[in-house]
Amino acid sequence: MKLELGYIDIKDIKFSDISKVENGVLHVNAKELEAIVLEDEHLKAVSFDIAKPGESVRITPVKDVIEPRAKVEGVGDMFPGVITKVATVGSGITHVLRGAAVVTVGKIVGFQEGIIDMTGPGADYTPFSKTNNLVVDFTPREGLTAHEHEKAIRFAGLKIAYVLGKLGIDAKPDEVKTYDFPSVMEGIKAYPELPRVGYVLMLQSQGLLHDTYVYGVDMKQSLTTMLSPTEVMDGAILSGNCVSACDKNTTYHHQNNPVIEDLFSEHGKTLNFAAMIITNENVYLADKERSSDWSAKLVDYLGLDGVIISQEGFGNPDTDLIMNCTKIEKTGTHTVIITDEYAGRDGTSQSLADADPLANALVTAGNANELITLPKLDKVIGTLDYTEKIAGGFAGSIDGGGNITVEIQAITGATNELGFSRLSAR
Amino acid sequence: MSKIKVVHYINQFFAGIGGEEFADHKPEIKDGVVGPGMAFAASFGESAEIVSTIICGDSYFNENLEQAKKTILDMLKDIKPDIFIAGPAFNAGRYGVACGTICDAVKQELQIPVLTGMYEENPGAEMFKDKLYIIATKDSAAGMRSAVPPMATLALKLAKGEKIGASKEEGYMPGLTRVNFFEEQRGSKRAVDMLLSKMAGKPFVTEYPMPDFDRVEPNHAIKDMKSVTLAIVTSGGIVPKGNPDRIESSSASKFGEYDITGVDNLTADTFETAHGGYDPVYANTDADRVLPVDVLRDFEREGIIGKLHNKYYATVGNGTSTKNSKNYAAEIAQRLKNDNVQAVILTST
Amino acid sequence: MVKEIERAGIPVVHVCTVTPISMTVGANRIVPAVAIPYPLGNPALSEAEEKELRRKILNTALSALETEIDGQTIFEVK
Repeated sequence: MKLELGYIDIKDIKFSDISKVENGVLHVNAKELEAIVLEDEHLKAVSFDIAKPGESVRITPVKDVIEPRAKVEGVGDMFPGVITKVATVGSGITHVLRGAAVVTVGKIVGFQEGIIDMTGPGADYTPFSKTNNLVVDFTPREGLTAHEHEKAIRFAGLKIAYVLGKLGIDAKPDEVKTYDFPSVMEGIKAYPELPRVGYVLMLQSQGLLHDTYVYGVDMKQSLTTMLSPTEVMDGAILSGNCVSACDKNTTYHHQNNPVIEDLFSEHGKTLNFAAMIITNENVYLADKERSSDWSAKLVDYLGLDGVIISQEGFGNPDTDLIMNCTKIEKTGTHTVIITDEYAGRDGTSQSLADADPLANALVTAGNANELITLPKLDKVIGTLDYTEKIAGGFAGSIDGGGNITVEIQAITGATNELGFSRLSAR
Repeated sequence: MSKIKVVHYINQFFAGIGGEEFADHKPEIKDGVVGPGMAFAASFGESAEIVSTIICGDSYFNENLEQAKKTILDMLKDIKPDIFIAGPAFNAGRYGVACGTICDAVKQELQIPVLTGMYEENPGAEMFKDKLYIIATKDSAAGMRSAVPPMATLALKLAKGEKIGASKEEGYMPGLTRVNFFEEQRGSKRAVDMLLSKMAGKPFVTEYPMPDFDRVEPNHAIKDMKSVTLAIVTSGGIVPKGNPDRIESSSASKFGEYDITGVDNLTADTFETAHGGYDPVYANTDADRVLPVDVLRDFEREGIIGKLHNKYYATVGNGTSTKNSKNYAAEIAQRLKNDNVQAVILTST
Repeated sequence: MVKEIERAGIPVVHVCTVTPISMTVGANRIVPAVAIPYPLGNPALSEAEEKELRRKILNTALSALETEIDGQTIFEVK
């Protein structure tokens, strides 16, 4: 499956009468977007704001971050099975508004939403301090259930990203990259001498605010399965997920999955990127056993030489991670796992809830419990009302001067377990 | 700011008093710098001063643990140093254990920052790396030059109460605390590189070693001691006089298998120790003190055990890498099994 | 060392002076010894007394081997 990504670099974002992409500037007509969002009767009001790199702006509580993309050529459309019809995406041409992001915030629906600081020490920990963000703040209608509330905001964010993405269809890309994912047979014929490598992507699937959707399917209802990594670039995997902000995969992370990118950049040189497997992290032990059995069966069946396994979240999913790792190792396939740590604020506790000697190759995205003080910034988009309640916050997190002390757990993307950033720990 | 006050702990060997024969040296405190303290002083420059050096024999320390600790803690109470540095001990096992033990005591009892240094396979490292900052050094005193700068740097930070970076940045052994830092490459790239190395059988370093659960389930108890063949194994280096296999006194490259058929008692004329890590006089006078053949023969005669196996195995634990001793032990275990040995007494010095 | 012998299926007792090291290296049955240069002796005693001491330690070692255990256990010499 072959997908060409055309990257249009967005260097600035501004409100305007006409929505368009011109000379690397994303112009947004907020009125038009408001009308689209409010078609959903669950939402009462919406407001838009802009946050750019380096500005003294704090965004919280963040729910999801989405990159605007659009299909230019090929089967299907962006966010298939959710915003558009089900059809197999991942081939043809897709345009990306690189450097732009839609950030959804609003009244809290759980404890897990995050903080994005556009400047200061916190900015180093989140990738979204470097993007030009259209921040969308939703007010739901009264009387919504938590599920309706979450779904309405999730859909609204995707719709906005979909509409903005379309603005790039006619723009000339600043860079074009081609991702050609071969069939099993093609790969073996093309690179007979290279080790065949797979990627096992673990997806949160533990219920409300902890779910992930694949072509619209709630992943907790799926068995471990396979897809082409190019499908992920076209929005086949979407976050419905507000697990601790630091190590949830936002939709943006899925669209720009760094393991996929880094495996592709070695593809045909040092390795043959042969398979992508997705599996879930459910709440029942039997599900964990079944799904990890299935991961190992697929790896074994495909005859892979090695796999990278990335986790999402922490705690009981550590058991899913260790099950996947040990069962795959026992098929004779090498594994490297990517996770993060909860070693306590002083870093002296055991980092993982589960462990096994077979997990001897581990990449860590850092200790999520480490404390950070975020000095007061000039402007807050959203609200600080929930700072003490979000995961990573605590009573006394905000001092009188507007400074916040939290665990880095509260920062969106801080310890992302796809290995999206450079943070680590020893 | 006034100079940082440092107290340095070293053993009798580094103090220039002498080797094993002086390992019983009792704790002694001297003003200023002794031995390796010179290198630290040079590294500190004007920022810190070693006000006193405490010297203690390794055997004395380990065999009189409570007394040694108490004496040394008493010495420190009046001085109130800003930082207490022990070693570096390199791969000297008892010195490493002493450095770790005294640092732990100073930290716990006196709430004074402490720092030591040793080789990663020193038993003191395994015992204390989750409790103390231990700078990883080379395995011999030849590594003094590379050990001092990171120890001096970290010591000053600890004394000043500054933020301590990750083990990888500061050079201390992983295990004490996990500290965040920014890597050169993002995580996904590091994972791909690690996988390529792992698949190719090349060395790679995991970023979080699994907690050590390498425990072996205890075997079932012996039901009828009267009928078993019992073997003795020692890491204390007891060999027939003259050391026929030339087992090294340190970092042994082999183990010995020796027949004791008809041997009732080990004497100064027949057996000795090859171990270079402890005072050999006592074992050379009577090797039964390490390899208790005499009493086990009595047990055999009295019917307490079925039989003393006619071969015993000896290695020298001193400075021998854990990997090597593991390999020897696996080979010894195999031979014991082949000879139908049912129980083992392992003695260590 | 002790772990490899245990792993081979032979019950083993570790007689050693620095028992914390024995705990760290993973011995299951541990009997504390006298001193590093003479784990099973004491030059300060008479020959007969010394042998009696050695006998006591080894008796403890044998009873350790005769005792079912769940995990790492130190058997003090009585």
